[in-house]
Amino acid sequence: MTKAERENFWERNRKSGGYLLRKRVRGFLFRFARAVLLFGLCFLILQPLLNKLAITLRSDADLYDPTIITIPRHFSVESYKFAWKIMSASTAMISSMKLAIAVSLCQVLSSTLIGYGFARYKFPFKRLLFGFVVLTIIVPPATLVTPLYLYVQRIDFFGIIKAIRGEALNLHGSWVPYILMCLTGTAYKSGLYIYLLRQHFRNEPKELEEAAYVDGCGRLRTFFQILLPGAVPIMVSVGLFAFVWQWTDKTYSMVFFPNTSWTLLSHSLYNIAGSIEGYYRGLYGDAAKAPQAFTNQITAAGVMIALVPLLIIYVIAQKNFVESISQSGIKA
Amino acid sequence: MDDKNLEELKDMEAEMVTVEESAEEIAAAEASAEGEVVTDVFAQAREDAAASLASAPGPKSKKRHKDLAHGNAIAGLLFVAPFIIGFLLFLLYPLGLSFAMTFCKVDAIPGSGLRLTWNNFDNYNKIFRVEPEFTQYLWDEVKRMALFVPGILVFSFFMAILLNQEFKGRAMVRAIYFLPVILSAGIFVGLESNNALLASVKDAAKNESSLSSITTTLENILLTGETGNKFFQYVIDIVGQVYDIAMASGIQIIIFLSGLQTIPPSMFEAAKIEGCTSWESFWKITFPLIGSMILVNVVYTLVDFFTRTDSQLMTLFDQTLLQRFEYGKVAAMSWVYFMIIAVILGIVMLIFSRRVYYYD
Repeated sequence: MTKAERENFWERNRKSGGYLLRKRVRGFLFRFARAVLLFGLCFLILQPLLNKLAITLRSDADLYDPTIITIPRHFSVESYKFAWKIMSASTAMISSMKLAIAVSLCQVLSSTLIGYGFARYKFPFKRLLFGFVVLTIIVPPATLVTPLYLYVQRIDFFGIIKAIRGEALNLHGSWVPYILMCLTGTAYKSGLYIYLLRQHFRNEPKELEEAAYVDGCGRLRTFFQILLPGAVPIMVSVGLFAFVWQWTDKTYSMVFFPNTSWTLLSHSLYNIAGSIEGYYRGLYGDAAKAPQAFTNQITAAGVMIALVPLLIIYVIAQKNFVESISQSGIKA
Repeated sequence: MDDKNLEELKDMEAEMVTVEESAEEIAAAEASAEGEVVTDVFAQAREDAAASLASAPGPKSKKRHKDLAHGNAIAGLLFVAPFIIGFLLFLLYPLGLSFAMTFCKVDAIPGSGLRLTWNNFDNYNKIFRVEPEFTQYLWDEVKRMALFVPGILVFSFFMAILLNQEFKGRAMVRAIYFLPVILSAGIFVGLESNNALLASVKDAAKNESSLSSITTTLENILLTGETGNKFFQYVIDIVGQVYDIAMASGIQIIIFLSGLQTIPPSMFEAAKIEGCTSWESFWKITFPLIGSMILVNVVYTLVDFFTRTDSQLMTLFDQTLLQRFEYGKVAAMSWVYFMIIAVILGIVMLIFSRRVYYYD
């Protein structure tokens, strides 16, 4: 603020009967309180992670030094190198990435279509079908895992496959049933995505579509050109969730990819303690045990390695859902 | 780039399908209109509207209305078709098998799967009468739900509104609030509790905060008063669990945020010009328009709370399954659990969905 402006401010303040000053002060107090709150909560979330980061950056000597609480005396990235190697991260990362991208795209596609269908059209058994969607949300994964595992082992869609091939298909280790489940909105957490998009589309003004219909726009075209642009923020968040949950999922992908033919990052991270034990046994004989502190350090490094891609993706995605509103000025 | 092209191709294909469909519909409409020239389905819709405006629904227009409704029903079914197919192909059998397992003694036969033998509700009998922990854990879980779910919802709504405002470093703060989404998902949860060192750090932090913290002191002061004990107890419980709540509300914050993003800014501008304060525009614009997302979040929070992998109940399931191999019992327990969730969810949805305002 220049001097002239400041004088101007007091002048204006006097004219407004103190309102301007009060407004300024109130605004400042609000921003201050917000900053304190956000900072505190950020710290709460970050603190355990920062701890982990500090542990991973220690060298071997620092690991057993009780005088070091957080910041290491000798920095080293050896733990990352070791974790990367023991998780076979370069291959696991690529296969995880491929699967997660495919899964999230399929999930977004299917849940958008299905959600729109439930939101806007009337058809027989709609309530019952939607009941099934809700059902898929609330079934605890524990209920479904064993039967699903057995089912994937011997797939014959009500005897159809058996009739054609003479025997049931064993689709273990294949990505086909998994992607099919994503495409049909029945995979992990799909029900939630469908529900989310249905709620979104229900909240859109009906006049938009009616106007499009009156102008001679077909049903699909109305959907793609009129309704889809407005749904981008929700779709981005659905894609994001699908990506994260696929990336970190162990239970469901264990059902479909039980053997090691497809190394996923989540699996190798889950087995990391075992791999370290195995490595030590290979080096020093069967009786060798990996030291606890070392195992913890490598696990923490593994977690960091798995975290970074997700954060990058989030930063890219969040830009997208801030901008989408300004790009699609169709609402209201 | 390839993906984009592929999607465009798909869109084109889909449009071609509609063209074919609408051609069929036109043919049908022409047949029903007995030679009358109907250029497209929407001309029909327009005529329909005109007819209803004239409030003279003759037998002919009624038929046409039926046709439109019929077309809509088919379109709706087509939109939902993937789910129906997927449900029939992938979920019906596993769900049925799991349900059948609750009534049976289940033996695993190596190589060929499971053998089920009927055992007269023995599983249910066992879980309610023999298993000492199940009913107790169930009750605990419901009580914790009553504490946590409202806390998480209010917290995440509040945070979403804060994060939706303009301030410096917003992108970074949002990224930090996304961390709980990752850290509370899948493998990371198990790793945290397996990791002895981190667990001890966390315990130490907890001990420190519960021994000599402001909250305890405040608790002592507030709870000695006579009035509103229950409420203060609730607030203090929530504050004590703030870490857990913050970790559990990542998804909800994003759902609320993306809901807030879809509210057109012009509405707020209009309200402001009309002299609406931000408090008023919050209750009159933001709150009603975010209503549908509140419902989603209520459902998600409930489900996420009940199916989180680190609860006592889930540990009990895992133990019974992986250490004692009692498939039937686990199935029975999880179905009972699942029915209880369904009932609670049903009640909550009934209460909330009446109050949710939809644009239409």
